[in-house]
Amino acid sequence: MGVFIARRLLAVPPLLLAVSFITFLLLDAAPGDYVTRLAEDPHISAETLAELRHRYGLDGSLVERYGRWLLNAVQGDFGYSFSKEIGVFTLIGERLGNTLLLSGSALLLAWGMALPLGVVAGVRQGSVLDKVVSFISFFGLSIPRVFFALLMVMFAATTKWFPVGGMRDLVEWDTFTPWQKVVDVAHHLVLPTIVLGTTQMAAYMRQMRAEMVETLGKDFVRTARAKGLSTRQVVWKHAFGNAVNPLITLFGYSLAALLTGSFLVEVVFAWPGLARLTVDAVFSQDEPVVMASVVMATVMLVVGNLIADILLGAVDPRIGVG
Amino acid sequence: MAASPSASLATGPWRTLWRRLRKNRWAMVGLWVLGLLYLAVVFAPFLSPYGYTTQFREQNWHPPHITRLHLWDDAGTFQGPFVYASNRLDEFTSEYEEDRAKPVEIDFFVRGETYSFLGIESNLHLFGSRDPTRPIFLFGSDKYGRDVFTRILYGGRISMSVGLLGIAISMTIGLLVGGIAGYFGGRTDFLLMRLVELILALPGLYLILVIRQVFGRDVPSTQSYLIVVLVLAFIGWAGNARVIRGMVLSIKENEYVTAAEALGQRRLAIIVRHILPNTLSFVIVTATLAVPYYILGEVALSFLSVGIQEPEASWGNMLRDAQDVRNLTDFPWVVVPGFFIFLAVMAFNFLGDGLRDAADPRALE
Repeated sequence: MGVFIARRLLAVPPLLLAVSFITFLLLDAAPGDYVTRLAEDPHISAETLAELRHRYGLDGSLVERYGRWLLNAVQGDFGYSFSKEIGVFTLIGERLGNTLLLSGSALLLAWGMALPLGVVAGVRQGSVLDKVVSFISFFGLSIPRVFFALLMVMFAATTKWFPVGGMRDLVEWDTFTPWQKVVDVAHHLVLPTIVLGTTQMAAYMRQMRAEMVETLGKDFVRTARAKGLSTRQVVWKHAFGNAVNPLITLFGYSLAALLTGSFLVEVVFAWPGLARLTVDAVFSQDEPVVMASVVMATVMLVVGNLIADILLGAVDPRIGVG
Repeated sequence: MAASPSASLATGPWRTLWRRLRKNRWAMVGLWVLGLLYLAVVFAPFLSPYGYTTQFREQNWHPPHITRLHLWDDAGTFQGPFVYASNRLDEFTSEYEEDRAKPVEIDFFVRGETYSFLGIESNLHLFGSRDPTRPIFLFGSDKYGRDVFTRILYGGRISMSVGLLGIAISMTIGLLVGGIAGYFGGRTDFLLMRLVELILALPGLYLILVIRQVFGRDVPSTQSYLIVVLVLAFIGWAGNARVIRGMVLSIKENEYVTAAEALGQRRLAIIVRHILPNTLSFVIVTATLAVPYYILGEVALSFLSVGIQEPEASWGNMLRDAQDVRNLTDFPWVVVPGFFIFLAVMAFNFLGDGLRDAADPRALE
């Protein structure tokens, strides 16, 4: 196991190098740069523009600039955001927390619902609950998240039961007690979590049901039944443990999607997470911010996939990862 | 049961696939929905009462007529389909009031705006209102007073074709790369697979946005369509290549491949003619299930304003109107394009699932 993890970790630096270089290359290939937009203002002279380019580090060749970025990045310095004029680390750190809060609670909802529902649907095939589960699965797999999110915003705006967007009450936030703050954020969190959670839940639930159906047909389950165990013991003690194996890999992959999966939902709900920040940074060619978020999302993907593989090796002794 | 293997041999693999597929109710629903959708978007100019850029500025944000269609008048006499004329309450808000005294008849096969379809110039439309100053808005009108029904049909041409074109491109690349990597093996295989892994490790939507940015913001609408397809296909081929490679690895061990080699066929010809055709059932199933990725990709890009540009319509850029919460509450029909995206994606999922089950040799009859 140790060798396996070490080998996988060794592959990460070259991957990050390649990803960051490709991103840099693409950003460079886009017409204009951050300063180009300022050039439209006649009050800004050519000298000022040149000076700004120098200050932002936009002068010099591609290799030179990438080298400079890389040298700083490996020391943990991702530079300053051009547009927001604060350190990329501070900027992204706060947004990252918000994104993780949203996708984390969606992950909890998705798995918390998918496992029990999938198991019960698999045990009681053809029951009403089974039909409801398969309906939710198809609905969740097919409904575009943007559309679902828009419907939810519409619902919130019409009923006024939930806020239509954002993460906190902008007016009264400062007067809130800590407890009220928690409640307020939770209130804002409900709808985006439902959208993200149900769409993710669908795939897991379907898989859980299929695995359960297959496992219940196996000989060892029949043996367990034959020796007189109760249905509950057969299902949860014997069948579940075996049926859940393939889903553990899926869980790892869902960790990998934590940063990127909520993208459009964040945009629709004006959630102050990474998505909006990255979209704006890409459009305004705020290089340091784009670079940092791409690198971070890649790290998250790699770590998630690695966890998936490790978990699979840990739960299934037949799969040797050594 | 004993007769089924010989029966399937007698009928051939395609017949078997079709016979199994036809038994799957949901797959057939998907097939029908897709058939209707594609027919509707192909015949968009004829089915829609107006052109997709035609504006009725004085009647913007007009509510949908589809819930206000009448067949009988207030006295209970049959009149054929008609709607009541509606008048704007004032010029600042977009509220309309029906004038029950003034019915506007809907006619079929009317002469209207000229369009060209398959090289034929025509002005025949399936339906239209008798009074040209009182247009019919089945699904309402948008902020410029354009007919949403018309724009959905034309927008579907883009949204529904992005999927087919995108999957055609990415599947071709995936087949070639996967075939070459699997057949040649060695260093070629190693390099190509590292490339595939690199692309799979990239954070999808982030990268799509960055690539999209390379082409600049202001591009003509025809180009923006191609850019959307290419950007999405650029990411999409990698997953296909990996699976195809795996299949090729086992297919190339077959004796007929050795035979083709012994006959001195060119290696690329062996890959294309003898190896890749065996991946066909995988390709069909994967392609069907992957079309939604392209449809949704177009939606995402257009929704973020870097996809299909106005005045061209696509289901994604029509949804942009729904980004404003006020529009959502006051003009709820702005989400109608979303229903069509949902419908198309679901139909492809149903059909793809059915195809996968039908193509599975282990499945019971």
